[in-house]
Amino acid sequence: MQATSMYFKARAREKLRDERLQQALARLQTNFVDARARAIAELPDFEGFREAAAQIRERALADLDLYLEEFEKNATARGAEVHWAATHQEAARIVCEIARRHGVRKAVKSKSMVSEECDLNAALEAAGVEVVETDLGEYILQLAHEPPSHIVAPVVHKNKDEIATLFEHQHRRPRQSEIEALCREAREVLRPHFLTADMGISGANFLCAETGSTLIVTNEGNGRMVTTLPRVHVAITGIEKVVPTLEDLATLLRLLPRSATGQSITNYVTLSTGVKGEGDLDGPEHFHIVLVDAGRTALLGTALQPMLRCIRCGACMNHCPVYQSVGGHAYGWVYPGPMGSVLTPAYVGLENALDLPHAATLCNQCGVVCPVKIPLPELMRKLREKQMERGLRPWPERAALRAWAWLAQRPRAYAWATRLGARLLKRMAGEEGLLHRLPFGGGWTDGRDFPAPAGKTFRELYRSRGGS
Amino acid sequence: MCYDHTTFFCPFCFPSAVRVGLFVTCLVDLLRPRIGFAALKLLEAAGCQVIVPATQTCCGQPGYNSGERPGAQGLALKLVEEFADCDYVVVPSGSCAGMIRAHYPELLQEFPARREAVERLCAKTYELADFLVRVAKLEAVPGRFAGTVTYHDACAGLRELGVKRQPRELLAKVPGLSLVELPGAEQCCGFGGTFAVKFGEISTRIVDRKCQAIEATGADAVVLGDLGCMLNIEGRLRRRGDRRTRVLHVAEVLAGVDGEL
Repeated sequence: MQATSMYFKARAREKLRDERLQQALARLQTNFVDARARAIAELPDFEGFREAAAQIRERALADLDLYLEEFEKNATARGAEVHWAATHQEAARIVCEIARRHGVRKAVKSKSMVSEECDLNAALEAAGVEVVETDLGEYILQLAHEPPSHIVAPVVHKNKDEIATLFEHQHRRPRQSEIEALCREAREVLRPHFLTADMGISGANFLCAETGSTLIVTNEGNGRMVTTLPRVHVAITGIEKVVPTLEDLATLLRLLPRSATGQSITNYVTLSTGVKGEGDLDGPEHFHIVLVDAGRTALLGTALQPMLRCIRCGACMNHCPVYQSVGGHAYGWVYPGPMGSVLTPAYVGLENALDLPHAATLCNQCGVVCPVKIPLPELMRKLREKQMERGLRPWPERAALRAWAWLAQRPRAYAWATRLGARLLKRMAGEEGLLHRLPFGGGWTDGRDFPAPAGKTFRELYRSRGGS
Repeated sequence: MCYDHTTFFCPFCFPSAVRVGLFVTCLVDLLRPRIGFAALKLLEAAGCQVIVPATQTCCGQPGYNSGERPGAQGLALKLVEEFADCDYVVVPSGSCAGMIRAHYPELLQEFPARREAVERLCAKTYELADFLVRVAKLEAVPGRFAGTVTYHDACAGLRELGVKRQPRELLAKVPGLSLVELPGAEQCCGFGGTFAVKFGEISTRIVDRKCQAIEATGADAVVLGDLGCMLNIEGRLRRRGDRRTRVLHVAEVLAGVDGEL
């Protein structure tokens, strides 16, 4: 997916004014935030699970090469074929090659964020393969030619009426207005695709090294159909998703749905291990697993390594005041919200996502809810430091920060400057005690007044009262 | 220990009272000095000997959060020196106290010679309400307030230092004051330091939700413990045309110092 993160500010402005989006975002609170709070309250010792999950993920990353080799060995032993892709382009090329080898004309997909990273649909279509998204949200977006705006609920930015209109135009059927009817209609349209597709493409929430299995969690039946009905199954995922054992998976599964949708478990948890065996009624004849690096190993051993623990639950964005205000499209790449503010600059380049690490209040709500304890604000701070070191921030910002540090390290000059500043601002504010415009502070005063200083500084008053 | 004076700070039991360094913070110094005097009054009411180092300026947070690490380090080292002699350091700001306690060890890790001094500083630094409740065990507060207030939990104090019950316990001691809980009290007000200027429109949208919640409580004042958030909330309330709801620092209410200065 082409990154447009450089336009965060302009996009955010547009999204703030989009009334329908704002109404849709308001639902995040009840659907995800409140639901998560209830679901984690049900789990005795949630903090203990969180700590255990963070350790499982960290252990896997510490010996990532070993676990990946073990995964490959066990997957291959069960008849799967494992492919390694260093870049997004290579991953897309590998999947197209698999499609060509098996003479695939139609592929059905279950949701995969890595395939969004790789622009897989476009590559397959260019190779003459028809691609049908089967996750309801992704299907709606495919019809609307839009990228997802949330990693768990990709279509969270649209309301029922928009979807009804879209279906009416695309399906050329009478308009339905009820959610059940819309779902039924989508199911009717999608069902023949499952039965006629030659290839099913899924992602993987986790890879189990011990068994060589891929695992997906879904709430619609489409995930199971995609992985079992077509004769070829391709699972495409990031290399960091590997977990040592099935027991580790059990721990992570207690946290992922709870953190994502507030469910204790999803409707379906599908483990895919190898190809259809002799006497098996269903399952794919060919199982290809594409393991994508695309910037991941570059994070190992750096300050950003904790980001690779991410299990893609979306809790950080659901709880983020910035995401809640502008939605996912403003972030301009596959991953929005706090996770995106770290992942996007890390994967597409710091200079291509200048605003993202700064587009956070550092309130740490994301860090508190993260089920694998990723210190997201700290990682954003690290990226800010890197930008500053590389001189990527605008010079007035750099100059202002340096000037402040210079001044504040010289108490006499500082005292003089703050005295002057306090008086000046007080005078500018007048009787009312409020500044309606600030020089260089339009960002503040466009929407807010600035309460004026009292006139004298604390240190001045303290001294005049006989303090030292 | 004497019969009546059960606090650690009782000057009769402990003639050489505990020396508390007050870090006023740059925003309080420049914008609302009476918060500094309120903190001073409260610490003295708790029996502390308060020291205000004259050379103090800024804890380095703006630079640290913006990625300007060298400047932030300079300021942090300066602060470590300035408060080396105190038994405690008390800050009327959750984010500046949090900056010291939660971030100085990381920020100053390139200065191993100062490690011990930094650890000592972290261990003795407290946010004001936290200090008054957990360390000084302040029984009675000097202030009084006729009316209803609501409390906003500013992010850094809440999530970096666990300041939640302390200000509420103290506010409950203020004669005349009744506290009404703010729905979504733990949600960010949208300040975020330079965020409020760089992303003014998003920040305004976030603080607007906060202001709506505050106004819906019908409280006479919203009380909180961080000046940055106060400026943000007050600035938006006024722009919304609300001249009635006061925005007060918890120290101002507790000390009864909320008039002109």
